[in-house]
Amino acid sequence: MIGELTKSERQGALLILLALAVTGLAMAVGGSNDPLGTHGTLVMVVAIVGTFAVITGYYAPEPPESRLDSYYDTPTKFGIVAAMVWAVIAMAVGDWVAWLLAFPEWTFDAAWASFGRLRPVHTSGVIFGFGGNALIATSFYVMQRTSRARLPDQLSPWFVLFGYNLFCVIAATGYLMGVTQSKEYAEPEWYADIWLVIVWVTYFVLYLRTLNRRKEPHIYVSNWYYMAFILVVAMLHIVNNLAVPISWGSAKSYSLFAGVQDAMTEWWYGHNAVAFFLTSGFLGMMYYYMPKRAGRPIYSYRMSIISFWGITFFYMWAGSHHLHYTALPQWVQSLGMTFSVMLLVPSWVSAGNALMTLNGAWHKVRDDAVLRFMMVAAVFYGLSTFEGSFMAIRPVNALSHYTDWTVGHVHAGALGWVAMITFGAIYASVPWLWKRDGMYSAKLVEAHFWLSLAGTIIYVFAMWNSGIIQGLMWRTYNESGTLAYSFVDSLIAMHPYYIARAIGGVFFLLGAIIGFYNIWMTIRTASQAQSQAEPDYSAVGIEIPAVQPGR
Amino acid sequence: MFGFHYRLERKTIGMVLGIIGVASIGGIVEIAPLFTIHQTVEAAPDMRVYTPLELAGRNIYIREGCYACHSQMIRTLRDEVERYGPYSLAVESKYDHPMLWGSKRTGPDLARLGEKYSDDWHVAHMINPRDVVPESVMPAYAFLARTELRTDDLGKHLKAQRAVGVPYTDAMIANAPADAYGQASPDSPAAEGVVERYGKATMVRAFDGKPNDLTEMDALVAYLQILGRLTDAAHKPVASAEKQP
Ligand code: HEM
Ligand code: HEM
Repeated sequence: MIGELTKSERQGALLILLALAVTGLAMAVGGSNDPLGTHGTLVMVVAIVGTFAVITGYYAPEPPESRLDSYYDTPTKFGIVAAMVWAVIAMAVGDWVAWLLAFPEWTFDAAWASFGRLRPVHTSGVIFGFGGNALIATSFYVMQRTSRARLPDQLSPWFVLFGYNLFCVIAATGYLMGVTQSKEYAEPEWYADIWLVIVWVTYFVLYLRTLNRRKEPHIYVSNWYYMAFILVVAMLHIVNNLAVPISWGSAKSYSLFAGVQDAMTEWWYGHNAVAFFLTSGFLGMMYYYMPKRAGRPIYSYRMSIISFWGITFFYMWAGSHHLHYTALPQWVQSLGMTFSVMLLVPSWVSAGNALMTLNGAWHKVRDDAVLRFMMVAAVFYGLSTFEGSFMAIRPVNALSHYTDWTVGHVHAGALGWVAMITFGAIYASVPWLWKRDGMYSAKLVEAHFWLSLAGTIIYVFAMWNSGIIQGLMWRTYNESGTLAYSFVDSLIAMHPYYIARAIGGVFFLLGAIIGFYNIWMTIRTASQAQSQAEPDYSAVGIEIPAVQPGR
Repeated sequence: MFGFHYRLERKTIGMVLGIIGVASIGGIVEIAPLFTIHQTVEAAPDMRVYTPLELAGRNIYIREGCYACHSQMIRTLRDEVERYGPYSLAVESKYDHPMLWGSKRTGPDLARLGEKYSDDWHVAHMINPRDVVPESVMPAYAFLARTELRTDDLGKHLKAQRAVGVPYTDAMIANAPADAYGQASPDSPAAEGVVERYGKATMVRAFDGKPNDLTEMDALVAYLQILGRLTDAAHKPVASAEKQP
């Protein structure tokens, strides 16, 4: 990998690592009796290991000029493997916490092992570790091909990927030590947040530089979505994380906002993390991989435009549906509800556009599990957006809020849409990247598909049942006009569903492990066959964006 | 329109500005007025700030992720008001940086938990929830009772709180560690200062049952016992719930 960097890039890498090591040292000293110090040590060790790696490869010959004729894909390869590692870890933690709700004794009297600390390891691990790495990796792949331009340099993509994974590791280890801001999906503390801003700005600049080198006059749809993902996540992240640390030597900070303003800011963030992390970015993925795999152009260019701007505009209003019937002023709740319902239109236009793209390729969907992953993802995307718009209606939310119905909805989207489209995209790109005819085993892809589908359905049905039962029990009255059930009654009713959900999780997790194995074996067999390396895709002229403008 | 877009999508900067513009509107319209419209947060002259001990307890609540299973927001629905108490007002979390309204009730709402149970109940419950509620799925937090509370940096905590808008006085900041100790040691001289600075209604007790040592259990229980009791505002108007759909 170091061999792929030019001399000046190697020097740049050393400078960055040096700066990082110094920062780590400062954190370690300044926060010596605080978790901040532990993270400082971690940062320092990472920087030193990185420095050694660069020094070891420092005198390797420079990469040949001919590299500029092909796309730069090594970072994508790394990102895909990282995404799969996070997938397995974070889903295992998810399933573990699912079992904890059925068997609460399994915490070994250890602080780090309790539900409250492990749960964010799961949520951040799947969203940022698995989802984020997959998004970054595929965005590098897609933007190069749809722009017919190579990444502008070899250093910044590595900075983005390593920097981002460092952020994820700091986040996850922080939760285990009890470092958290408590803001859902924005739990990492101030220093991790600042680091992420640096990484993210680099990512954005890299994206713009690549687009500016493009040989295609038009920017392809996928790139609109990836750009919206990068830009809006930056906006959300910065505003929601504004906070005052208690000192430079402490991990603890206090949010700038309080009470109702904080709640609204947090859910403006939280909902749009769903929108721009878990939706927009993955739509970008879908708009490239699905037409490529199906061998069909995107059904409608106009539908792409309508849904893109619709999603970008409407989503930002919808956050207040997380706060129905709370102390938030009602006019904000009503706005949130209205826009959430309207949001169904661009969402279904996207889903429809995807499914119509498959017209004429349904026989491929039947035979090819990879394409089937993507098809099912589009269906679940449609399903969970419908469910979401429904749950945003005030009276419905009165029932669903605070219950497992929300969790069911979350995972219909997370497992059915986010994870499925990612697996589809990864299975499609691995053979392309490592230059193989196909995956190591098509049968295992097939097995992964069915395990995922079964796991998702079990999970979601279990949570729909438990959530609705819970919501109904909480509001049921006796004939005498008093509440019929105590809280504990509802808790007892959840037990079988919690077990069912955990079993569904085992299915899903098994699928991911099989997928990891399959990808690993594909890579290993690839490296043996590499001696007769064929020429790479040319950076000129092969890939054509899969849209037909004008329809 | 599509012709316009056909030209727009050739310009990187056009797309970037378009996205920023279109995505900013919603947040600006919904969030900015919350800071300026006065009715958003009710007036409550009796509202007091958290004592250092309660604040430390709140930070433990955050650290352990209790908010992942417990809400602190009673909605304006009849069954919630009857189950948990008067619905929550915005002013009650006015000093909550960040708020802990929560989004999931794996366990019950805690917004009006204060003084609902005895300290002993809470200690027993935290050490092993299933000793007091056999069906509970809550993790045991026995380690809190054997972990000493860190107080040396409490002054800094209060200072940072003041920086974000909570009206802590200089005296409160200067005496923060002593006040934390005093609130859990009723017989010590430090106890008086707590009442002096935070008001007569402040609970000064050995929350964990052991007056001489200050543990994380003291802090957490002190926090749990103040939930919903920083102001009386919610109890004053007849809390009429919205009609159930
Ligand atoms: C093996 C598969 C999985 C299992 C067993 C699992 C299990 C769980 C459990 C038990 C919770 C806590 C629910 C509660 O507090 O009641 C949870 C929350 C969550 N999970 Fe998963 N999960 C899995 C996969 C995923 C994936 C792939 C994603 C995202 C890409 C995801 C995203 C989330 C989110 C966002 C939450 C928070 C939900 C909320 O606050 O309402 N999960 N998961
Ligand atoms: C240190 C953090 C926590 C604190 C301070 C805390 C506090 C409490 C309190 C005081 C109650 C009794 C409330 C009442 O009946 O009015 C309760 C109940 C409950 N908690 Fe927690 N809790 C914490 C963490 C958790 C977590 C992480 C879970 C999820 C696994 C959980 C699940 C439950 C459940 C299911 C109940 C209902 C059983 C009961 O009524 O006692 N708690 N909790």
